[in-house]
Amino acid sequence: MFFYTLRRLLVAVPTILLLVVAAFFMIQVAPGGPFTSERPLPPEVLANIEAQYGLDQPLWKQLFDYFYNIVVHFDFGPSFVQKDRNVNEIIANGFPISLTYGTLSFLAATLVGVTLGIAAAIRHNSWIDYAAVSLGIAAQALPNFIMGPILILTFTLWLGWLPGGGWNGGQWEYLIMPVIALATSYMGSIARITRSSMLEVMNANFVRTARAKGLPSRTIIWRHAMKPTLLPVISYLGPVFVYVLTGSVFVDLYFSTGGLGQDFVNSALTRDYAVLLGVTILYGALTVIVNLLTDLAYAWFDPKIRY
Amino acid sequence: MTRTTKLALAALLSSTVLATPAAMAQTETHPETGETLAEDQTFTYRMLDDVSSLDPQIVEDVNGSDIVRNLFEGLMNQAADGTLVPGVATDYEVSDDNLTYTFTLRDDAVWSNGDPVTAGDFVFAWRRAAAPETASPYQWFVELMSIENAAAIIAGDMEPEELGVRAVDDKTFEVTLSTPLPYFPQMTTHSTTFPAPQSVIEEHGASWTQPENMVSNGAYTLSEFNPGERIVLERNENYWDNENTILDRVVALIINDENVALTRYQAGELDRTEVPAGQFPRLKEEYPEEAVSFPRLCNYYYTFNLSESGPEAFKDPNVRKALALAIDRDIITENVKAGGEPPAYTFTPEAVAGFTPPTTEMAEMTQAERDEMARELLAEAGYGEDNPLSFDMIYNTSESHEKIAVVMSQMWKQKLGVQANLANMEWKVFLDTRGQQDFEMARGAWCGDYNEASTFLDLLQSDSGYNDGKYANEEYDALLAEAKTAEDTSPLYTEAEQIIAEDMPVIPIYHYAGVYMLDSDVGNWPVDNVEQNWYAKDLYKIAE
Amino acid sequence: MRTLGTSKRAAELAADVTDFRAVRGRSLFRDAMGRFLSNKAAMASVIVLGLIVLFVLFGPFFAQYSNEEIDWTRMGDIRGQGMPSFETGHFFGLDELGRDLYSRTIQATRTSLLVGLIGAAAALVIGTAWGVIAGYYGGKLDSAMMRIVDILLAIPLTLVLILILVVAGRSFIALFLGLGAVSWLTMARIVRGQTLTLKTREFIEAARAGGVSETKIITRHILPNLIGVVIVYASLLVPEMILAESFISFLGLGISEPHTSLGRLIAEGAGTMNYGTLWQLAFPLFFYVTIIITMFFIGDGLRDALDPKDR
Repeated sequence: MFFYTLRRLLVAVPTILLLVVAAFFMIQVAPGGPFTSERPLPPEVLANIEAQYGLDQPLWKQLFDYFYNIVVHFDFGPSFVQKDRNVNEIIANGFPISLTYGTLSFLAATLVGVTLGIAAAIRHNSWIDYAAVSLGIAAQALPNFIMGPILILTFTLWLGWLPGGGWNGGQWEYLIMPVIALATSYMGSIARITRSSMLEVMNANFVRTARAKGLPSRTIIWRHAMKPTLLPVISYLGPVFVYVLTGSVFVDLYFSTGGLGQDFVNSALTRDYAVLLGVTILYGALTVIVNLLTDLAYAWFDPKIRY
Repeated sequence: MTRTTKLALAALLSSTVLATPAAMAQTETHPETGETLAEDQTFTYRMLDDVSSLDPQIVEDVNGSDIVRNLFEGLMNQAADGTLVPGVATDYEVSDDNLTYTFTLRDDAVWSNGDPVTAGDFVFAWRRAAAPETASPYQWFVELMSIENAAAIIAGDMEPEELGVRAVDDKTFEVTLSTPLPYFPQMTTHSTTFPAPQSVIEEHGASWTQPENMVSNGAYTLSEFNPGERIVLERNENYWDNENTILDRVVALIINDENVALTRYQAGELDRTEVPAGQFPRLKEEYPEEAVSFPRLCNYYYTFNLSESGPEAFKDPNVRKALALAIDRDIITENVKAGGEPPAYTFTPEAVAGFTPPTTEMAEMTQAERDEMARELLAEAGYGEDNPLSFDMIYNTSESHEKIAVVMSQMWKQKLGVQANLANMEWKVFLDTRGQQDFEMARGAWCGDYNEASTFLDLLQSDSGYNDGKYANEEYDALLAEAKTAEDTSPLYTEAEQIIAEDMPVIPIYHYAGVYMLDSDVGNWPVDNVEQNWYAKDLYKIAE
Repeated sequence: MRTLGTSKRAAELAADVTDFRAVRGRSLFRDAMGRFLSNKAAMASVIVLGLIVLFVLFGPFFAQYSNEEIDWTRMGDIRGQGMPSFETGHFFGLDELGRDLYSRTIQATRTSLLVGLIGAAAALVIGTAWGVIAGYYGGKLDSAMMRIVDILLAIPLTLVLILILVVAGRSFIALFLGLGAVSWLTMARIVRGQTLTLKTREFIEAARAGGVSETKIITRHILPNLIGVVIVYASLLVPEMILAESFISFLGLGISEPHTSLGRLIAEGAGTMNYGTLWQLAFPLFFYVTIIITMFFIGDGLRDALDPKDR
């Protein structure tokens, strides 16, 4: 297990390296640069600015310097667009925010989703089942960005219960809407997967045997059926966690949370590629680590798998 | 005295003691208008996006400039109507040759850390703006101000120390220009010319604009800077005019979506937000006191590509005119934008100071007449059913630009049988494509750098870097060159517009309006300032 | 953004299907068909989806206006005069610009269905080819090909999509390229796994011993036996593609005017939700949600039908 983990982590390094190089060249290919603006800069001004940021160097040199500064100084470079800040600061500022509401959304989606799914499976074909299934499907079928305006209209304008956006250091009233908006669609999928997995497990031979032995259904569910039920759910949760963190741009846009999702999308659009590369490295590393953790968790839950 | 009365008295006393300041605050009135002032003097407004910087010499976006204008104070300020009023400088003198300006700085101007604001701070800041190492995107502004040696410094041929600025003494700042510039004093209200605290910048480097480091000389200091969320300014107790400053706090909330911003305005979270396109008439009906619209110094147009790479059809002025005539601007301004924008028949907005628009044929006609003439001109040019005109028009991705492009293309299609293919591009791609003349027709918009017609008309000068359509007319260029030094520029600008109306190198669509929801308890918003340079120190909140 | 194309859940479901015996032959499909036909939810979904397809095909014949024509007389007062009405001929009302929402919804539904189908088809073709080649030839080729898949799986999909659309500009082709590029990975993994198991089956061994050419083995024996898995997985991909497209539209990177997609119409309608023009959101959202839900049920139905161990 240890060597397996080590090997996976070692493979991750070239993967991320490759990813950064690819992103670097792709953004170079895209038309326009970070200093292309409505008011085209006079050539000498542009030259001064590019010299200041080292963009007058050949590409291979830029890329080399970029990696050199990361390895030697742990410096991910300056932002070309948010000129008072460097990439280290942007990530240090935005990532904790994304991580906070992302983790909370993930937990909320998992808890509610699994509970709904299990409730539906246990009361198969009852009104609880139908209600849970409808809720799950509706949550999954709505495009998640639509939750933003709906929640703000409801809770801020009509009910006046919650502030319409902002972060304020992560106070709870600022967290509620982002978490609901982000969690909803995943909650739906988790509920559906849990339900079908549980139904399958409840039909399996070992559960039938347990039932035939006259064990109380509570014991059967918690002792025997739980672990196998959660297996497919866990393999689904890993990618979900990554997406909750990387795909949350709509939360930042609608709720002004100041998270990293917005910086990520904006950096691609404004060609602020130091920021783009920095966030790519972070997201790439996160994806690798979460995938690894998912596989390890899977192995822990399913003793049949050995690495 | 019994115990109860004692207690009652104590309660009474304490309540009076407690109540007094509050009561005083409540009855506080505005010294001039006599309006009752609100207890909480906080102005909260919506900002579309993050600021590019809070460094006066580096900031390049409107949002950032708004914040910087409240943090720092330059030589001159603008009054609510846009006229010049003293800032750090109490007055200035111009030499007879109009090349040397001498500003006298006020004695009581201090930085937020208590240091006096000196002429040296301006010298430092102006050199800094021009110095290549600062990498300011606004270096060109120093050049535009015609300060001696600016161009050579920017090109790297001279040291920043050789810029034509000098501290005669601590309170006297002298600027030498290379050519006379009638609107030079107006330019000192621009953020690039604000002073900068040398010691602080040297100590903290790029992070001097963080709230814990920043030292500023304006009416406010920076108290919170949370990118993507909010920026908060607090009253600067050291500001020289602190006594007359009423507003205590300015909060800028970054809200990307204009509809969400409007919802939050309606929920009472904001004092000011932009009105989404098309919503103004409805909001005006519902909130007559709060929906406001006033002219601004910006135009909106489509430019023909007249260069080599442009289509042959656009080389014919009749085609250009026909297309311009067939656009029903009233439909765009009344039904699509609907925010009180004036329809445009000239390139320069009418609101520009000292500009008299020419009486053009097009502006005088009814739309039916225009359509008729457009059909005739197009037929004359040889386009019709058997030889339909077709071209691509590009614009950058935005709901509002798209609406206008769709409406325009439909007008052409229905009236003239012209096929305009829409292509929207992401912002940077759009700029790149347009800048390389890789288009047939492209959207353009321009906001004046200063309140003078040349800021617009220069765009169509043949050697202008912003002339993306590559329009070239010698007569036009000569007029603008003459205007640079002329005493009375107004007739020259009118004539230049006349040429544009004849040649039609661009299709002016409309001129911008500032369309806001502005809470009626905000006092003294400068609706008459066409540049929309607002100073929080001049605003106040009225008690509801 | 969702777990586009990489959801292990889909892999899991598809893996269930692998249990069916490849050698059972034609009757298996008849069984599966029977099971699918008796699945009420799936059949109802097929009918509803069929109605939507019919609507997309024949709806335009009833349209009074084209999808780009502006109703000049009503555009000034959308809220008052633009509501859905049979009188005006705008059955679904007008959009913000005075265009007929009925025609636009039909066009958008067509786009979204195409995006779903072509995106899934692209994933199917690339993924199957990749997986079969890797699985069948094995060895170094296999590990190299699968390593590439592993690397690509570690890339945040939002990034890939944004980069592709930024670099390639906004067009149908770029959109399909972007969606196809990010969705074939899991398909390739599943197919490879399948191929590995199939390869060791007796009938393949027999064919090989009998001197049948490799191409023939792949086309005649391996591919037909993969159909079940591939279909199930592709049907699960369709809604994912439509969801992904709506996310791209929300970011403003989707296809451009005069074309539109349901995601775009919804994003526009969501913006004006509070301005008294709710129909602008309601109609596109109805079609969108209906398509997604029916696709869910059809996908589940196919899985159940092709996976006999459940019954």
